[in-house]
Amino acid sequence: MISGFSWLRWSGIIFKEFIQLKRDRLTFAMVVGIPIMQLTLFGYAINSDPKNLPSAALIADHGPFGRAVLQGLDNSDYFRIVREISDAADADRLLAEGDVQFVVTIPGDFDRKLARGERPALFIEADATDPSATGNALAAVAGIVRASLARDLQGTLGRLAPLSDPVDIRVHRRYNPEGVTSFNIVPGLIGTILTMTMILLTGLAMTRERERGTFENLLATPALPIEVMTGKIVPYILIGLIQVSLLIAAAYFIFNVPMVGSLALLYLSVLIFIAANLTLGITFSSIARNQLQAMQMTFFFFLPSILLSGFMFPFRGMPQWAQWVGSIFPLTHFLRIVRGIMLKGNTFAELWPNLWPILAFISVVIALGLLVYRKTLD
Amino acid sequence: MDPGPAVDVRGLNKYFGKKHVVRDLSLQVRRGEIFGFLGPNGSGKTTSIRLLCGLLTPDSGSGTCLGFDIARETAAIKREVGYMTQRFSLWEDLTIRENLEFVSRMYGMKNRSRAVSEALENLGLSSRQGQLAGTLSGGWKQRLSLASCMLHNPHLLLLDEPTAGVDPRARRDFWDHINELAGSGITVLVSTHYMDEAERCHRLAYIAYGRLLVSGTSEEVIGSQALAGYEVTGPDLPRYAALLRGLPFPVQVTAFGATLHVVGSDSTALNDLAQRMKKEDSHDWKPISPGLEDVFISLMEKAEEDIT
Repeated sequence: MISGFSWLRWSGIIFKEFIQLKRDRLTFAMVVGIPIMQLTLFGYAINSDPKNLPSAALIADHGPFGRAVLQGLDNSDYFRIVREISDAADADRLLAEGDVQFVVTIPGDFDRKLARGERPALFIEADATDPSATGNALAAVAGIVRASLARDLQGTLGRLAPLSDPVDIRVHRRYNPEGVTSFNIVPGLIGTILTMTMILLTGLAMTRERERGTFENLLATPALPIEVMTGKIVPYILIGLIQVSLLIAAAYFIFNVPMVGSLALLYLSVLIFIAANLTLGITFSSIARNQLQAMQMTFFFFLPSILLSGFMFPFRGMPQWAQWVGSIFPLTHFLRIVRGIMLKGNTFAELWPNLWPILAFISVVIALGLLVYRKTLD
Repeated sequence: MDPGPAVDVRGLNKYFGKKHVVRDLSLQVRRGEIFGFLGPNGSGKTTSIRLLCGLLTPDSGSGTCLGFDIARETAAIKREVGYMTQRFSLWEDLTIRENLEFVSRMYGMKNRSRAVSEALENLGLSSRQGQLAGTLSGGWKQRLSLASCMLHNPHLLLLDEPTAGVDPRARRDFWDHINELAGSGITVLVSTHYMDEAERCHRLAYIAYGRLLVSGTSEEVIGSQALAGYEVTGPDLPRYAALLRGLPFPVQVTAFGATLHVVGSDSTALNDLAQRMKKEDSHDWKPISPGLEDVFISLMEKAEEDIT
């Protein structure tokens, strides 16, 4: 006899599934947490049309027209003049360290040339490592300049107004003159792939031992906790280095991403970044009761990491609070480091502002991990 | 010179959160003896064993294991003790040989390769050394586990239900091996649920609800409880058993095929009842001497009453 579909059995299974879901707090947290997190991030934090980009003004002519242009840029949504500088070397430094997105230069004789209708040059240097962060702002420059001069070019100077462009705007896209997106994405991938694999692999490595009961055997031997923890980490450091080497080779040979800076410095930063992810993975594995939980925790960390780090969306496009949250993640700083070394040729001193937050992250996580590890031994 | 007992602990207590898992455990195990550790599931046997080998630190109490302090000298204890976990805890994704080699490295052994080869030969697994440990049957897994915890020549073996789920033949072989080891001077502490295994131990301890209830040789343990027992035969035994369970004094009534075993701690009351029943009804009451199992079940029930 063919047994028919039983509603009782069917509802019994549904009921059981709900009970288990309720017991499995972490899955439940993910079911509720992930949509809320995504909604907050995409709804409020992420903005693919970044505004209020910090800019510096290098002013050689303090005349009213130049002022008007700067005022106009500052009043627009896109630019925020945070600094006035007087030295071209300062401009290079600010761009290299990523403190500003643009440097606007008002050259000497700007006012006089403008008044004569000689179309003086207005220089805008942009940090174009992430083309999507600067694209819209640069597209708006011509309109902003024309509008901000329109009021002043009235009366006797009104004859200049009809000129299609009273100013010759020269944009210099630094580090990535052609605005190639892969220049930004490929270095970024080094960070995201490392985050994903390092945390996941170490997270699983310890929970696997616990889940299968082999951890107890390990503890019964004279092996010290420090030996077990570090011994488990080393293979993954090697795996991480292999991944990075593959990615760098692919970036260089296949995607033609330039390698302006020091390869040794890049590997040093990679090691620090790997350490940050491994310590987090080991800590997750001390908290997680099984491999599934370790995996869930990894995703819970990974998702905001890629969304808020500036990998998928321009970091400066996010509101202040989201930038603060984003600054916690090692990936945020690592992305800047990799772009800084590969595209800008940053030196150690220029990288330091992004290195110390990763080191701070490591120390906090280690402290947390040791706290948790003690508990799980007893 | 007398090296003192292999295990000598007093007043050990262990809590997991609010749960009092081991209560005032005092235990002496002499060198070279096989000491049986019995008790129902969840009674604290595994926790006690873990306290002895330094995997857990007691919340209070003190003692020595092979002369080392169990709270402070765990590193030394771990080097001298072989611990076989209840669940198969070798690496299933390593081969038999790789497992033994790994363990030998963990103990920092010299001549590792020779020690591993010898162990494989003793096991009779030399030809299968390249096989993954996870593919072994239950009996072989258990033998491999024993070989692995014997690898560093420990003086004390702690075996946590080593024969659970193993067929009778393998169990007998296993115990023959344990006897040999004890004969060569190694002390063995073994937890088990099997009565035949309990009887093969030199001395026993029974633990329930974290409390050690009795210890001694099996004769001493049986004698300590002074139980009276009868074997009852006759018609309609299930109904008769229900009747007996309703008696005003506690008796254990267990069905053994076509007979009932009736055991009680109140021996005068039970003897009186037996005399009366022999005259009054058609059932036959024959006195028997209670075994270890009867003693343990009686102990467990008494402990239950004490707790509730």
